[in-house]
Amino acid sequence: MASLYWMLAKTSIQIQFQYRAANYFYMIGMVVEPTIYLVVWRTIAESSGGSVGGYTAGTFAAYYIVWTLVRNMNIVFTPFGWEARIREGELSGHLLRPVHPIHYDLGSFMGWKVMAIVFWIPIAAVLSLAFRPTLNPSLEQCIVFFIAIWGAYLIRSMLLWVLGMITFWTTRVSALFEAYFMAELLLSGRLVPMTLMPGWVQGLSWFLPFRWTFGFPITALVGPISRTELVVGVLAQAGWVLFGALLVKIVWRRGIRKFSAVGG
Amino acid sequence: MSSRTASIQVERLEKVFTVPVREAGLRASLRSLVKRKVRDVRAVNGVSFTVEPGEVVGFLGPNGAGKTTTLKMLSGLLQPSGGTATVLGYEPGSRDPAMLFRLALVMGNRNQLQWDLPAMDSFELNRAIYRIPRQDFIGMRDELIELLEIGDLVKKPVRNLSLGERMKVEIAGSLLHRPTVLFLDEPTIGLDITMQKRIRSFIGEYNQRYEATVVLTSHYMADVQALCKRVIIIHHGNVLYDGDLAALSHKFAATKTIIVRFEQMLTTTAIDAKVPDLSRFGTVVSSDGGAVSLTVSRDKVASITAQILNDYSVLDLTIEDPPIDDVIERVFAHGAVAGTPSSD
Repeated sequence: MASLYWMLAKTSIQIQFQYRAANYFYMIGMVVEPTIYLVVWRTIAESSGGSVGGYTAGTFAAYYIVWTLVRNMNIVFTPFGWEARIREGELSGHLLRPVHPIHYDLGSFMGWKVMAIVFWIPIAAVLSLAFRPTLNPSLEQCIVFFIAIWGAYLIRSMLLWVLGMITFWTTRVSALFEAYFMAELLLSGRLVPMTLMPGWVQGLSWFLPFRWTFGFPITALVGPISRTELVVGVLAQAGWVLFGALLVKIVWRRGIRKFSAVGG
Repeated sequence: MSSRTASIQVERLEKVFTVPVREAGLRASLRSLVKRKVRDVRAVNGVSFTVEPGEVVGFLGPNGAGKTTTLKMLSGLLQPSGGTATVLGYEPGSRDPAMLFRLALVMGNRNQLQWDLPAMDSFELNRAIYRIPRQDFIGMRDELIELLEIGDLVKKPVRNLSLGERMKVEIAGSLLHRPTVLFLDEPTIGLDITMQKRIRSFIGEYNQRYEATVVLTSHYMADVQALCKRVIIIHHGNVLYDGDLAALSHKFAATKTIIVRFEQMLTTTAIDAKVPDLSRFGTVVSSDGGAVSLTVSRDKVASITAQILNDYSVLDLTIEDPPIDDVIERVFAHGAVAGTPSSD
């Protein structure tokens, strides 16, 4: 299996190399969203006496620069891709192979991540020069951050796979996907750090997967975060990965019986 | 036929699709929001057959007959609604990896190679997927490249290949793991005659060399005639015929064609004046180019031949079965051919 993952990642990197310019523009486009958040929150922090909810201009800068990397790690095979995959018959090709199709997506997107990180480094450098982040992570935080970004990748892969598999039952479910992404935007730490959200939202987010895919990895590196919170975060991620894998297994087994192999 | 050793065994296999139906127009759209109508479409209706190891079987039928649905069920893409099937001893619906390691489905209209990369890279990926030992992979890859004459093609990005070129590299990619059961769904569709011939001869050679079981669907009868001794004809989800291709004409063709060349037709001046009128024996299909072509009832071939030889000065006479396309068209046209046994 390791050899398959290596080959899938390698193939994905080769494909990305075919579209270097497109990838760079994609990455630059992706920076627009956090830059807007960053500029807004910096301005608010500066006009509120230097900080908002414990975040200074420097820590906001750190949060949103790390955000760009975490966002890249969060990119997985989307439910919209599932619609196309089923409608255009691409899934049939996967089903003929003696490996569960989720491995293709996990392996391929891992390769894509490698490219994304390579492209991200100069972008992060430019953002750092422009916004002067305050970032002093401990070794412990760095290690947990590294684990957490891959944990986030796995959780989001599993959950969006489950969401995408709804396509087995009904071929147009874009509206449902949008509702999911809206919940994710508000409850993950993507829009604002979770500590700036109302108390009840923060409380709710502990029991949902979203914060473990976005807010937790960022906070693990940017802080402030205690050792206990780091351990709890990693355990929560492990739990969601296992839960996601179980869901994938159950939904896949049921959904595949519904598959009508249209379009070849 | 020993069912214990069969590569493929199918017993009363069924597939029913539930499809939404509604009239055209806005009103019908609104009505379907409230009350959705569906109907069952029986794509495969109790099909039974057995394929022995190493056999090449043509799976024929008009569009919508249930051929591709059957192949999809046999390769594990679709779950049957009824009946049973085993492929290499496995129930295909379970998609047991042990079965998938030994099976390939090639669909003429599908692309399973990486679009942006040379096929060689996709081959490497298939090596990892099918866990092919490197030496075996290199041996098989080079052999396929040689057999299909694709040495130059595998180095170009797939998106730059023509349809025929892509089909050849697609076939090579599908066979790297040396499948023992090969389902080919319209493998020559859209290809020119030369490419069709090359793919045909390759499939024959692959079957011979690896004793692979091949089930082939094609609308090109040349594919079937070149490769399949046995055909299964399916229509409206039912097997209409299962037996020798050669026996198909014997069983279903009601006529034969007699082509007669007369001595007096050798001189061009005589042709117009003295072409014998053979219409009393059957239907004259043509009487040009120095020969008369006559379609006669199958049971009267012997007596008519004797009479022509007796009454005319014949230079040459041949008796032919009608083209296989015509025979199959006749089978389709007569639908169920009531009471026809489904196996020979």
